[in-house]
Amino acid sequence: MVTEKYIWEQLEQISDPEIPVLSIVDLGVVRNVTLLEGNCVITITPTYSGCPAMNVIQDDILKLLTPSIHTKVEMTLSPAWTTDWMSENGRNKLREYGIAPPEHEVDKSVLFAKPTVVPCPKCTSSHTKMISQFGSTACKAHYQCLECLEPFDYFKCLK
Amino acid sequence: MEYLTCNNMTTQEAFYSYIVRLGDDSLILGQRLSEWCGHGPVLEEDIALTNISLDLIGQTNNLYELAVLRENQGKNIDQLAFLRLEKEYENLLLVEQPNVDFGYTIVRQFFFDVYRKLVFEALCNSSDERLAGIAEKSLKETKYHLKHSSEWVIRLGDGTEESHRRVQEAVNTLWKFTDELFFQDEVDQNVIELGLGVDNSNFKATWNSHVEHVLTEATLTIPSNSWQHAGGRKGIHTEHFGYLLSEMQYMQRAYPNMEW
Repeated sequence: MVTEKYIWEQLEQISDPEIPVLSIVDLGVVRNVTLLEGNCVITITPTYSGCPAMNVIQDDILKLLTPSIHTKVEMTLSPAWTTDWMSENGRNKLREYGIAPPEHEVDKSVLFAKPTVVPCPKCTSSHTKMISQFGSTACKAHYQCLECLEPFDYFKCLK
Repeated sequence: MEYLTCNNMTTQEAFYSYIVRLGDDSLILGQRLSEWCGHGPVLEEDIALTNISLDLIGQTNNLYELAVLRENQGKNIDQLAFLRLEKEYENLLLVEQPNVDFGYTIVRQFFFDVYRKLVFEALCNSSDERLAGIAEKSLKETKYHLKHSSEWVIRLGDGTEESHRRVQEAVNTLWKFTDELFFQDEVDQNVIELGLGVDNSNFKATWNSHVEHVLTEATLTIPSNSWQHAGGRKGIHTEHFGYLLSEMQYMQRAYPNMEW
């Protein structure tokens, strides 16, 4: 008998194709799991409108679950994804991987105001600077640590 | 959806056109920005412009999907994006203008971002729940784009003599495409009446004051010549558009129905 708990555990095994250290559950893109009369509907939401990982994630879910249960994946846009949905576990995994996790404050800085202080994931120094608002993927910005000089990705806060 | 007729156009037709226009704006600007891939002035900006392009094309995808769903005639969104003729695209003329240089691209982006943010803010209250959802999602991205373009307008305008000269020229040339942001016709009247779309005349003053504020900060001036260009919303394009389409449509035309 396939239970909801079992499905959530299975989904934990699917990683984000662009940040393989995070599972799609850690990232908060799985919004809902519904079981009804032997069918399963998984609702997912994109981090960004143009996130190219969504199709891959959908295929991965179907590949993993279809052998045990009839599965359908639905996409929703509302409510819009926020970095608040990232699990604490996910935040720790990101940091260990070398990506600074989203700060809890959204980067509200108006023009030329100081950008959010992001501690370096390598040496934990807060003496860092933003190199570019845009990084290697839509969800990241590019920073550099001024203590250990290491460049690093920052997972942008989105609310 | 009810099939009311107003100005010889059903609500369904008007809503379809309205969403496709929103999608056309982001598709064409997304295509323009993608031309910067591998050509950015510095690596970070190459990445920034193509990231913004990706957001815009993602928004297009969501908008076209909604348009064909509401129209309910089984259209395919790839056909919508890649197989229409020039006159069937109804994007703003502003977004099809060529990249020219980085400053020009940034000014074009800035005028668009200020406008687009106001559109999405208002569309969050659309009576079509799914359109409101797209707006809510896209608004977060647009705010980020606006921050990026505003900072660059100021940095370049209040930068060196050369950077100032270039962005001022861009402002002078692109200003004549800004009235069109507030164009309205029977499509808009229909969707405004039903609360599906937004009345963009409500935020023209906000757009003006926001743009003026940033341009002033950037030591740039708004040109006094007030002649304005329009036609995009009726499918009448500038010369540049045909070239853009031929490149964008090449794959679908050469290999019909191809998929990635």
